[in-house]
Amino acid sequence: MMATPLIAVRELSKVYPTAKGERVQALSRINLEIGQGEFVSLVGPSGCGKTTVLRILAGLIADYTGDVSVSGKALHGPSREVGVVFQDANLMPWRTALANVMLPAEVLGLNRRLARARAQELLGMVGLEGFERKLPGELSGGMRQRVAIARALIHDPAVLLLDEPFGALDAMTRDTMNVELAAIAARSKKTVFLITHSIAEAVFLSDRVLVMSSRPGRIVEVIPVALPRPRGLDIIADPAFAATVLRIRRLLDGDTASALPSIAH
Amino acid sequence: MSRDATRLRVSRALTRWFAALWPPLGFGALVLGGWEAGARWGGLDPMMLPAPSEIATQLRLGFESGIYPMHLGVTLLQAMIGFVIAILAGVGVGALVSATPLVERTLNPFLIAFEAMPKIAMAPLVIVWFGYGIWSKVVLAAAIAFFPVLVSTILGLRACEPGRLDVLHSLGASRAQVFRLVRLPSALPFIFSGVNVAVVFVLLGAIVGEFVGAKAGLGTLILAANENLETARVFSILGLLAGMGMLLHFGVTAVRQRLLFWAGPQAGPPTA
Repeated sequence: MMATPLIAVRELSKVYPTAKGERVQALSRINLEIGQGEFVSLVGPSGCGKTTVLRILAGLIADYTGDVSVSGKALHGPSREVGVVFQDANLMPWRTALANVMLPAEVLGLNRRLARARAQELLGMVGLEGFERKLPGELSGGMRQRVAIARALIHDPAVLLLDEPFGALDAMTRDTMNVELAAIAARSKKTVFLITHSIAEAVFLSDRVLVMSSRPGRIVEVIPVALPRPRGLDIIADPAFAATVLRIRRLLDGDTASALPSIAH
Repeated sequence: MSRDATRLRVSRALTRWFAALWPPLGFGALVLGGWEAGARWGGLDPMMLPAPSEIATQLRLGFESGIYPMHLGVTLLQAMIGFVIAILAGVGVGALVSATPLVERTLNPFLIAFEAMPKIAMAPLVIVWFGYGIWSKVVLAAAIAFFPVLVSTILGLRACEPGRLDVLHSLGASRAQVFRLVRLPSALPFIFSGVNVAVVFVLLGAIVGEFVGAKAGLGTLILAANENLETARVFSILGLLAGMGMLLHFGVTAVRQRLLFWAGPQAGPPTA
């Protein structure tokens, strides 16, 4: 099944120097493989280093040890094979929705006319047809994050990296966005790597869930999600769904036994 | 139906305008009326405070004789050239300083020292260097207006949201691309608050330069009128300068609204 992993991370460690000159082990010997077309989530408590993993894959952090490869090629800095959706939409407020989606094409020097057509198509796919000329300030939080997803896909990367993309949205919008994200992932046939602290969200979307613990950040367990697709929101009532969520919950509670029980979404 | 709706809209707009404008208009009318009355019947010394009607007459005469337009043109030309130089230099040096930490560390003490110095004190020296023509005034205007633009540019470039930079960096964008596509547009709202100050400062620089030594310009007119004790004429030129400053300020605001349609309306900072 894992003949040619699209993303391969081996013995990845990362140390942050603190202001006092101490060294904090943020990541310790992370190993993971993600196959072509797979949807994998990484869950863990706040500050466990999940975002550091994503930023390394996005090419935003360079000083780590270990090997990271995407599409069989060792990663050296940002890769065209990767599209990133951040916690905040990070749209340029002076650009229309369409121009925001086209931004990566501009940076990468892609054909303008083709990029424009593709941006239009992607905005349609994320449900924003007719909003091409709107400025970010005229869009709701959910709509802005849809634009960010379209922007991450404009240069047709093999991998979509998502860093808690719906963390800032209200619960209802978040549910809707998760259903749509599942559909977008299925339609675009992209490999997706999602960082989240919501166990339910991870189980709902993923083929596999990687559970991380903190200090130092390491992967403690890989949980396969054996639920049929396509999944609707009513899957929450499925006993298998509840069982998987509970299993991950227990793993994380063990990690933060002394802390207050966190309220999962 | 539509005619009534239009009439309603127009009357509403007029009501709004009136509501916004009556306090300043009323206050102005009150002050001018009292001033005029004081000058006519209250025994105000025309050498100190000439009547507003007399000032208005001087303004009309100045324009009819063609003297005011000529000198106004000179002052305005000097101020505008200085303005353009101040913006280009301010944004340019600001970009350089925030792009390279070494340059920032090297230049910072000198920039602070230069900023702390009252630039007006350089006026006599600048006249010696650049002569009595327009260029000494241009240099003085640019030197004074440079700092508000520089400071606001540095602040604006620093204030760029890290998330926006992440987007560009994750695409492997070059430094030039990051600057053009994110940093500079992100800094524009800041830069404009500096430009708003600069547009008033260039007038200040030009007039002070003309006081110290010039062949033409409204500053020379003020000095000449003052020596002849033509106080009404001095007032008329001051009024002209105030009007010009306001027009320039509104011009900057209009450009800001065109360029920063995305940033929402925002009153300019107090123009020092």
